[in-house]
Amino acid sequence: MQPFTAQTGIAAPLIKDDINTDQIAPILHARGLKEDYRAMLFHRARRREDGSEDPDFVLNKPQFRNAAILVTGENFGAGSSRESAVWSMLANGIRVIVAKSFADIYRENCLQNGLLPVVLGAQLGDQFIARVVAVDGGAPFTVDLLTQRISGPGGSDIAFEIPAADRTRLLEGLDDIGLSLKHVDEIASWEARAKAAQPWLQSARDSR
Amino acid sequence: MQRTLFDKIWDFHRVAQRADGRDLIYIDRHVLHELHAHHAFAQLQKQGRPVRRADLTFAVQDHTVATKPGRDDETNPSGSAFIKAMREGCRNNGIRLFDVDDPEQGISHVVAPELGIVLPGATHAVPDSHASTVGGVGALAFGCGTSELAHILATQVMALKRPKAMRVQLEGRLAAGVGAKDVALRIIAEIGVAGARGHVVEYGGAAVRTMPIEQRMTLCNLNIEMGGRSGLVAPDDATFAWLAQRPFAPQGAEWDSALRYWRRLTSDADASFDREVRLDCATLEPQITWGTDPSQVVGISGRVPDPATLEESRRAAAKSAFGYMGLTPGTPLVGLPIDRVFIGSCTNSRLPDLQVAADLVRGRHVADGVVAMVVPGSTSVKRDAEAAGLDRVFRAAGFFWGESGCSMCAGGNGDRGEPGERCVSTTNRNFENRQGPKVRTHLASPATAAASAIAGHIADARQLAPGAL
Repeated sequence: MQPFTAQTGIAAPLIKDDINTDQIAPILHARGLKEDYRAMLFHRARRREDGSEDPDFVLNKPQFRNAAILVTGENFGAGSSRESAVWSMLANGIRVIVAKSFADIYRENCLQNGLLPVVLGAQLGDQFIARVVAVDGGAPFTVDLLTQRISGPGGSDIAFEIPAADRTRLLEGLDDIGLSLKHVDEIASWEARAKAAQPWLQSARDSR
Repeated sequence: MQRTLFDKIWDFHRVAQRADGRDLIYIDRHVLHELHAHHAFAQLQKQGRPVRRADLTFAVQDHTVATKPGRDDETNPSGSAFIKAMREGCRNNGIRLFDVDDPEQGISHVVAPELGIVLPGATHAVPDSHASTVGGVGALAFGCGTSELAHILATQVMALKRPKAMRVQLEGRLAAGVGAKDVALRIIAEIGVAGARGHVVEYGGAAVRTMPIEQRMTLCNLNIEMGGRSGLVAPDDATFAWLAQRPFAPQGAEWDSALRYWRRLTSDADASFDREVRLDCATLEPQITWGTDPSQVVGISGRVPDPATLEESRRAAAKSAFGYMGLTPGTPLVGLPIDRVFIGSCTNSRLPDLQVAADLVRGRHVADGVVAMVVPGSTSVKRDAEAAGLDRVFRAAGFFWGESGCSMCAGGNGDRGEPGERCVSTTNRNFENRQGPKVRTHLASPATAAASAIAGHIADARQLAPGAL
């Protein structure tokens, strides 16, 4: 996983609550194993009915085409657990999502991929949204995970909270499976204990 | 200390605490599907990591399989690569696959409990947000992404932050023609699409105790639509009777030991929950969504709401939904003309769901201009339904009777509506474009869907055929 320390870039405002993963990364009928994650991101929202680009969609506007930070509302990433909804962000250069809150599975998928999920809460979120809207892509913001601060035009730095463990994992780009495999002996001894206490859990055989 | 059912299952399965503070929770049963598994197989192969417990891992082909009778790998051309990659990955890793032509193929959340693969007090994971369906038999299940799927294959544990505990008490007795789907939609309407975020929900109360196991699964299935981390119902005699003799469940003396253990799987009387919600079910009528998220719900006798009557935080979403759904405030739901009906998905595709629908359509016919589909949740459900003659009832009434799979729920197999169509669907998400570009989805129970197919407009099953319910 690519470590995350800080990101400076344009912040794009997509100010809506409950944006779901069907919207972020729709299942398209014509698809294959090697998917185009860059084209997948907000595939429908980016297009008009005739298939041409919708110039009004925020990520299609010239000033936001290279946005690295997406700024949004409550409960971002609700719905399906599909990880393509994170991969499609990264494929478009978006490394930070600042939201008022995230859906649980989506936030986990972000952490697995080095995409920083910043939760600002309702009040601070509204203040930051106002600054992002006001600057309209004219100047970049910096989101620094080391100092846990967002800095940029329109006001003073904003401090954000993130659980220490999640921060470390992102900063060091830790291999999640490797972290768990450090406990392989405890996993084996749990299996032995479970086999004694609830043997049916450690065996899934077809009795026929 | 007084513990909740969730605490008991979590504590038993807690293997260790990782350096980053997450609990490693052992996963007793892991079930994969073809849409996501190939990424994880490729990742593990690249890293040279073996699958730790192939014997506790199962796989199904469900998201991309065609429902057309006589289907094979190629019937849905865009699913073919996924189906073949799944087959190869399972073969290489020694994982039992319920393949396209397997007599027990079906939707993971339907197949795992009906074969007794998931059990009360067991932990379960699926790379799908509706994993908690199996909470209906008292299992603690987590939906996950693809990276977590690979993590479970390599370690057999999930690294999780301990969720909070929530209880939803469902009081009273459900009226005839009202079921778990209606209850779940009403709960989501009350607490919102993020109302259970970060929580494991235990459903209890008199209304749950009288629900058949299949309905408990419908209830737990919709838990994610209010953002819940997982949802479950404490197992009871009905659960044990339902699971007995299922092929992968313990048998003989081991069944007796399991039963002694399972009888203790309840929350202690004074266990405390971080959040409690109550709903009186006695006065509940059938429920239906009018908008584009599963909290935009009214009773079947209701009207599309005036945004001024909604909480302020819900007004913007409501206004945006009116345009997509082609509705205006004040319009009654009953009587809205429809183009399509879908009965199926992990929410409502088990045998009793199909029986309710069949009883309503028996001797009647789908209205002109309405395309109506029934897709059983598993090939076993399909076989049982055919043995009971339900396929003939549906076909005679003008329904399409399909092969098992996820089908029109997310349209990953090509089953979709046409732009602008209005569809009554027994699925779980009424998101924009989910059932096809510009398709307008109304989520409802199998009874409401069946009655609407016959009427040609949204209908109250209790009025169509009071005797059948």
